[in-house]
Amino acid sequence: MRKMIGLRILTASAILTATVASLTACHGAGTRHAFQVPEQFDETKPVEITFWAKNDTNKVQVGIYEQSIRDFEKIYPSITVNLRLYSDYGSIYNDVITNISTNTTPNVCITYPDHIATYMTGENVVLPLTDIAADPRYGLGGSEVKYDSVREDEIVPQFLQECYIGDTLYALPYMRSTEACYVNKTYVEAMGYELPEVLTWDFIFEVSEKAMEKDAEGNFKVNGQTVMIPFIYKSTDNMMIQYLKQVGAPYSTADGQILIFQDQTKNFLYEVGHHAGTGAFSTFKISSYPGNFFNAGECLFAVDSTAGATWMGTHAPLSDIHQDRIVDFETVVYPVPQADPEHPQMISQGPSICIFNKSDDNEVLASWLFAQFLLTNDVQIAYSQTEGYVPVTLRAHKSEEYQDYLSKRGSEEDHSLYYSVKIDAAELLLNNLDHTFVTPVFNGSASLRDAAGSLIESVCKSERRKETVDNAYMEELFSTTQARYHFDQMSSVSPTGESRKDMPLPLASKLLIASIIIAWIGMGIVVAVRRYKAKKN
Amino acid sequence: MKKRLALLLATAMVLGMTACTGTEPTTTPETKTEAPAKSEGVMTHDEYIAAALESKVVVETYVQAKQSWWDGKGTFYTQDQDGAYFLYEMPCSEEDYNKLVPGTKIKVTGYKAEWSGEVEIIDTTFEIEDGKYIAEAYDVTSLLGSDDLIKHQNEFVSFKGMKVEAADDNGAAYLYKWDGSGSDGDDLYFKVSTGGTTYTFTVESYLCDKTTDVYSAVKNLKVGDTVDMEGFLYWYEGVNPHITSVTVK
Repeated sequence: MRKMIGLRILTASAILTATVASLTACHGAGTRHAFQVPEQFDETKPVEITFWAKNDTNKVQVGIYEQSIRDFEKIYPSITVNLRLYSDYGSIYNDVITNISTNTTPNVCITYPDHIATYMTGENVVLPLTDIAADPRYGLGGSEVKYDSVREDEIVPQFLQECYIGDTLYALPYMRSTEACYVNKTYVEAMGYELPEVLTWDFIFEVSEKAMEKDAEGNFKVNGQTVMIPFIYKSTDNMMIQYLKQVGAPYSTADGQILIFQDQTKNFLYEVGHHAGTGAFSTFKISSYPGNFFNAGECLFAVDSTAGATWMGTHAPLSDIHQDRIVDFETVVYPVPQADPEHPQMISQGPSICIFNKSDDNEVLASWLFAQFLLTNDVQIAYSQTEGYVPVTLRAHKSEEYQDYLSKRGSEEDHSLYYSVKIDAAELLLNNLDHTFVTPVFNGSASLRDAAGSLIESVCKSERRKETVDNAYMEELFSTTQARYHFDQMSSVSPTGESRKDMPLPLASKLLIASIIIAWIGMGIVVAVRRYKAKKN
Repeated sequence: MKKRLALLLATAMVLGMTACTGTEPTTTPETKTEAPAKSEGVMTHDEYIAAALESKVVVETYVQAKQSWWDGKGTFYTQDQDGAYFLYEMPCSEEDYNKLVPGTKIKVTGYKAEWSGEVEIIDTTFEIEDGKYIAEAYDVTSLLGSDDLIKHQNEFVSFKGMKVEAADDNGAAYLYKWDGSGSDGDDLYFKVSTGGTTYTFTVESYLCDKTTDVYSAVKNLKVGDTVDMEGFLYWYEGVNPHITSVTVK
């Protein structure tokens, strides 16, 4: 059973923290020692490092972390790795923010690039990896690394690129996933529809509305039950982000201008809200996990992460609902709904690894050696198999072990390991690497992501409550959302230190500058007059 | 700054733990009288139960316990003499949160919602009123497995003489998180049976954290123990009580 209340609380709390952090992160972060790669890693000196790791509330993943640490410590006996477990990114983010000011950050941390942008607001807090990754001795594939370290060209280029902020590498990718639309093919076809090659928003909304038809007894025709939410989306922030990308609508600039509050966003909100109002669409925050409804035959289109595939489908290895409620149907795995089937777009997501700087270069090097170790085949392949994750290295992709794993899709040799929906989900990403994208990372991008989702949640709630959703409503929603996330107060400097050039100055700033200019002119006049008088006298 | 934040959080957590002391009676029934008349425009519990999901509701109720305050919100287990109301993420200042001690009467306006079977009030506003009531735990042991159990959803209840079962294949008496993937401080999950049926109960760490007696008590359970328990009849895809006290018999 997954954490329910806590997850919802932490998701919400992360919003505030993100906002607060974006406004206050400069305080206390201070300037830290700049790391220099030591001539030699000193193995005579014991080093203790902490690793804050995120798992999907999955015991197998925890076991893999623990095994990885044991294997690493055998290779480097002088290094002790202390594992601290988290089950959601929001908690890690909150804890890191809290610990930055006291310099008690972990050494190695699973994180999202969006979060790193906030961590970076103090100088040398997060270790830039560009130089150390390229170091011929201890870098990726380095000669002095005591295990078979991956070379840079063995990391999937798109995944590595996602870890750059500006021109600097600030993380290593650890695992990658995307979102999938898990479809109850049996029910959709029973309704007389043929599933298209590419799912579109229009198709899903059409089928979902049709699925709301009831029989004389008040049961839904499609499943004969009293409950049916045809389309449920887990992450509404991703929903908005992907839609805007698909239609070429603005979201943000690379350096942090917020562009989401525009007409294409409104139009999508009207569409989504309408279907929420009819009951054809809902969200995780409003109803619950898509998989719970999906597995009970109460949902036709469930959008969730490919890293949640083990929870999806009739024969899912993991389930929160009682066995009696699970119904039998065929599950097919599709990319998320598209606006333009010819040019599919889907988000690339998943954990990355960042390293926090410390005063002891040997300790930082130990952290880097451990971070690299997480990219070796044993770790990559084992962890990816726990969910619909994809390893981030080409070395793992090409390995005989991984190829054998993919080929055993659906094998009952080990149902959980070779669960077909999970492997289909992983293959979905493998087959669409060129169709993935990430959103710009800047100090505040995590808040923008939350805001994108909150717009959908708000409109859906209002429609379900039969409130009037019109242009006035939208304007008010935009206004309150901007205020809630303090978008009008955000730092105008990107994490890499580049000033935002095109942003107009606020009125208060203009007045301040004007008053300073006037004051200087006034002082100049006074000085000039005094000199003139002195000269005259 | 960090110290202040930590202090505030610690205070909130301590205040949030008032339902979990374990060594003292968790209920102090002050009144067994009938429910006082509701104010004008306020629903009775029956009217609340009958109200449609997503509709606006107005109730008068009494705080029984609360999860820790965070992000300008608190989650409250509340109850009047007729039934319970779960207030999910009710916006409140930390100052107000601290005033909302067990027994406090509040008038709540919000929307009725359901999340995985848990019926709750969300998007709420509230005002503190005069009055006090602390519910006595209602024994629902005999109702486990029956359709009548849900009528007591979110109420403060007790379970008598249940047997601790293995929480996993290794014979653990409890797990950190649902599958054992957590660590100390996370929710505790344990299984107890009665009448041949086994149920999963939870120590919700935002309600009763690792410093509480109930958290320690569950960590000391052994498979086969017979226990009496109290807690709130929370729902997640079926009954999933949030336990606030455990006594080994």
